[in-house]
Amino acid sequence: MRYLLMLHADETVGASIPPEQMKGFMNQMAAYAQALEKAGAFIATEALDFASKGSLITVRDGETRVQDGPFAESREQFGGYFIIEAADDDEARKWAARCPAATWGTIEVRRIRGRDEY
Amino acid sequence: MIADELGQKAGEHPVFPDRRLALMLACTHSTVDPAMRAPLMLQVLLGLTASEIGAAYLVPPATMGQRLVRAKARIKELGIRFEEPDAERLARDLPAVLDAIYATFTSDWVCRESRNRAEEAIWLAQCVVAQVPSDPEAKGLLALMLYLSARMDAQSGPDGGYVPLDEQDVSRWDHAAIDTAEALLRAANQCGPSGRFQIEAAIQSVHCARRSSGRTDWVTIGSLYDLLFALLSSPVVRLNRALARSHIDGAAAVLGEVIELGRDPRMVSYQPYWAARSHLAAEAGERETALEIFGVAIGLTTDPAVRAYLMKRRQRLLDG
Repeated sequence: MRYLLMLHADETVGASIPPEQMKGFMNQMAAYAQALEKAGAFIATEALDFASKGSLITVRDGETRVQDGPFAESREQFGGYFIIEAADDDEARKWAARCPAATWGTIEVRRIRGRDEY
Repeated sequence: MIADELGQKAGEHPVFPDRRLALMLACTHSTVDPAMRAPLMLQVLLGLTASEIGAAYLVPPATMGQRLVRAKARIKELGIRFEEPDAERLARDLPAVLDAIYATFTSDWVCRESRNRAEEAIWLAQCVVAQVPSDPEAKGLLALMLYLSARMDAQSGPDGGYVPLDEQDVSRWDHAAIDTAEALLRAANQCGPSGRFQIEAAIQSVHCARRSSGRTDWVTIGSLYDLLFALLSSPVVRLNRALARSHIDGAAAVLGEVIELGRDPRMVSYQPYWAARSHLAAEAGERETALEIFGVAIGLTTDPAVRAYLMKRRQRLLDG
């Protein structure tokens, strides 16, 4: 089964980390992706631009509204994701616990619904 | 809740002074999911809540609650009795109890709660030893866990960093715990042929002997792993045997066997395998391979201290 690991973290803290230390974190994330790949569990990963640069789109009564960031204060923002292959929820959680981002942020584990489940 | 219920039921048999062993045997009944045996024991014997147990097993409280209820229902449905176990039943069912206790103690990927769980496992093993003082494997298991936990403090250095066994400061080991383990192991060995826990305890005893001899007897450790492998033939034992041999014959001599071991699907996401393999590759002078394999080991690590240690090792290799 496929799972989406949503990486939430405080962007302001992330932005204030000195480059040298940031490199260390990036190396850890690269190693994590490598371990996923070696185990045949890796599907995809991406990092997102700052949430404040994002927009919210709604269409109500035929009217499109665009709201630009920054949005209402929340401590952590959705900043990146992994899509992985795992046998079950327990295995997916195990992979999430290994993700270095779990030590500085929060990882939300969501099973991706199969096309035959609707 | 379940603890109360099962406890009350157990209390109905006044002949058996301490119902804990009977409870443990019920928790490890063959129809109870092996993965749920240790959690069930923790709840029944220690009164831990579903959310406490769930946290230790990386499972949401509600899910753990459901699983515990289901396991409890199995026990009820089958009418598993909390009778005083006779010798035959003990001989048959005790190994499952010991396995479940050891599974509680060793968990390669949960770090923060592992210390509490280690203490709980030792407590459970102490209960078993008190109930079945004639069983050598119960003593062997308790000794094994005491040796391992005696070194837990020395595993983190003054800066909080991870310190591997052969670099640990022996003065920081818990010597009283090691002495207790030694006495238990001696008593166990007098009871007859050695089972897996006694052999594993013996291996840790040899490691702990460094506190007086100042060196590690790898030849003895290698022979003990041979014995253990004959008994268990597990890939983890094979890996540890290869590591012991690398101290005698050199890393290059065992690297082939370790690489071959990697074909076992159980090794794919087993962190200690990749950590061991990266160390061996580095020592054998296979720099490029070692750099790549260190990456996998780092990626599989949950404990931040171990991760930082492996990153340092990898960096040292990069700096040449």
